[in-house]
Amino acid sequence: MLQFTLRRILQIIPTVFVVALLIFVIFSVVPGSFAASLFADGRTAADPELMARLNRELGLDKPLLERFVIYIVDLAHLDLGTSFRTRQPVIELINSRIWASLELAMAAMAFAILVGVPLGFLAALRPGSILDTVTMIGAVSGLSIPQFWLGLLMMYVFALQLNWLPSFGYGDGSWRNIILPAVTLGVTPLALLARTTRAGVLDVMSADFVRTAHSKGMSEGQVVRWHVARNALVLIVTTVGLQFGSLIGQAVVIEKLFSWPGIGSLLVDSVAIRDIPVVQGAILVIVLWFLVINTAVDLIYAAIDPRIKQG
Amino acid sequence: MLKRLSLAAVLSLGASGLAIAEGERQGGTLNFTAPYGSSFATLDSQASPNTQEEFITQAIHRSLYSWDSLKNEPVLELATSADVSEEGTVYTYHLRENAVFHNDKPLTADDIIYSYLRIAAPQNAFPGASYIANIAGAAEYIAGDAEGISGLKKIDDHTLEITFVAPINPGFALMMNTTAIYPSNVDEASFVTAPVGLGAFKFEEHVPGSQVVVTKFDKYYEEGKPYLDRVNLILMGEDAARDVAFRNKEIDVSILGPTQYQAYQGEEGLKDNILEVAEVFTRNIGFNPAFEPFKDKRVRQALNHAINAPLIIERLVKNKAYPASGWLPVSSPAFDPDKPAYDFDPEKAKALLAEAGYADGFEFEVTASPNESWGVPIVEAILPMLQKVGVTVRPRPVESAALGDAITSNDFQAYIWSNQSGPDPLNALRCFYSKTLQSACNYASYASPEFDALYEQAQQERDPAKQIDLLRQANNIVQDDAPVWFFNYNKAVMAYQPWVHGLVPNATELALQPYDEIWIDETAPDSRN
Repeated sequence: MLQFTLRRILQIIPTVFVVALLIFVIFSVVPGSFAASLFADGRTAADPELMARLNRELGLDKPLLERFVIYIVDLAHLDLGTSFRTRQPVIELINSRIWASLELAMAAMAFAILVGVPLGFLAALRPGSILDTVTMIGAVSGLSIPQFWLGLLMMYVFALQLNWLPSFGYGDGSWRNIILPAVTLGVTPLALLARTTRAGVLDVMSADFVRTAHSKGMSEGQVVRWHVARNALVLIVTTVGLQFGSLIGQAVVIEKLFSWPGIGSLLVDSVAIRDIPVVQGAILVIVLWFLVINTAVDLIYAAIDPRIKQG
Repeated sequence: MLKRLSLAAVLSLGASGLAIAEGERQGGTLNFTAPYGSSFATLDSQASPNTQEEFITQAIHRSLYSWDSLKNEPVLELATSADVSEEGTVYTYHLRENAVFHNDKPLTADDIIYSYLRIAAPQNAFPGASYIANIAGAAEYIAGDAEGISGLKKIDDHTLEITFVAPINPGFALMMNTTAIYPSNVDEASFVTAPVGLGAFKFEEHVPGSQVVVTKFDKYYEEGKPYLDRVNLILMGEDAARDVAFRNKEIDVSILGPTQYQAYQGEEGLKDNILEVAEVFTRNIGFNPAFEPFKDKRVRQALNHAINAPLIIERLVKNKAYPASGWLPVSSPAFDPDKPAYDFDPEKAKALLAEAGYADGFEFEVTASPNESWGVPIVEAILPMLQKVGVTVRPRPVESAALGDAITSNDFQAYIWSNQSGPDPLNALRCFYSKTLQSACNYASYASPEFDALYEQAQQERDPAKQIDLLRQANNIVQDDAPVWFFNYNKAVMAYQPWVHGLVPNATELALQPYDEIWIDETAPDSRN
């Protein structure tokens, strides 16, 4: 198990390197620069001398290869660089935003698991019932509704019409502020989890060992608890892991919409003004999060089903 | 038409000004939105060129001059008076003796010198350096060739002499938020996280990505001000989300886009609390004279005649703009109300194109960002109009961040942009002076000896009325030469809650409001009282 764990952790390093290389190359070739973005809104006239000074101060006048080497060496020392815009270390900026993103992702995932998994289970236990039909219609709708639109709808209903919840912002960290963004963000994984759980449970229920369990005289509840749930769990954990890992990336739109102070909104703003160190840092953290969650899921698999670590 | 619209702007000014005279009320909290993104890049106002950070500056800091929205001109802020030398280049400022920083340090001439040196320091590359460059010796300092700025001289603690390179009105440059005055006795590193200023409000808290909170500064130099106890500067970049929050009374003001403007005008309870102003921005399509057809003035004029700008403004921009006649906007003192705009006349356009040798038309591309008011949607709207006179237009979409690069590197046939055209007409017309670099702001590489002569005269003219007259003539020459398609002047629109008073129609940027003048009445929700 220790060897398996180490192998999975070591696989993260080349992945991070490739991602870092890709991000660096992409943002080096796309049009636009930080210096030019200062004048992009036309509110002040462009100042070529200032642009040249800025490029020099920020090291953007150096050859691409030299900049990449500096970036990788810094990265190896866990230094994500300094923001062009704020002149603060990128790690500080990310640290000031990542916790709000994690909070949102965890709340959204908790909502998705607590609602989606039981719904999927119940639908699978009563296939063709009204509950099954309603759950699946809801799941398809949840997967197809654009999050931005759903968010606006939630604001309109729960903030403007019912006046139950605030429509935006972090407030003072109150649970009331997180409900609308978390539910909006959680609807897609909820729908996916409900569908996956239903499919997984149905698949297991038709397996030979379940029929055997029934024929041994076990009750429905015992079969579900001891055989179905544990075997369906591999598929559910996979879905939870993949969804949880990608949730921070998906949260970009929701954070912008609800003025949630997470890393997603920081990333969008930084891309718009070509604050490359922050963009690189934020993407890297999001990718790292995804990899860590995936590794954790692999380890959980191995714990649930020991056959996995053999392969 | 333009006269009437200009009057509308003045009337809206009067409406909000009236509220001030009714009797100000002390106390309360204002939830003010910062709509230009989802973060404050920095709390160091001198380091940021973005409007977003100016909301903080307005509350916490003060510059030597400030913009008076009611007079529509810069006025002394940190000095009670200034003596000007005969030749108009040496200003002696008598600084306020009651101005105190939030750390209890009294304002002295040293603070201003310290601030200007920091802004212009070559290693900082701050955006305000170009404003300091008007001071004698600043250019050498900015280039790293001098230890200090020779034009800055402390006479005593409350008297400062500044020598400028030319007889300009220094107010336009030294009122900018990027020239805010900082205390000289504070560790520089703290400016980014805990700003200290001379403003009416002191810094309280920054929740990154969420809001900045400022609270009343009791030692502010304007007696009886500010009225508010607290201002929450809330980040809200999404129009739709801001709309819901405003309607839900969670925020007190909201900047409106074209669609919201139209909706608010038709709704009871919203339509009466809208503040409008003609901002000093001119939306235009710049023509590159390196592209063969645009070398001919008649072609450029033809395009101005071929496009029905008022129709686009009505249908697409939802009347959230004033049709442009020339470069300087209606709020500019050098705007000429008697100079008619190009009329929509496709036949005249065809005749001009034929005269120029383009009877069969030609094809060109317009570099454009996705902006709804001055981007790809507008290019798509002019497409059928130009098609009717035989000209084919292709939009060349670029991301907003790439637009500036494409234009300043002269990599375009035409571009569509919104450019600052005020408040200083001398500075605004600098962008058509042939000695101004293309990459600076002469984006359309305009060169006219006639214009240059008038502009140089205006630069030297000491009599303000004569200077304005010269600039008016120069502006009319630009209009006749049509280096750009004159589309519109931005109409900035702000919706405010009925309990908010003291807002002013700031033509330089409506979203920037004097927080020390704002007060809220007793009808505000409990959360604000």
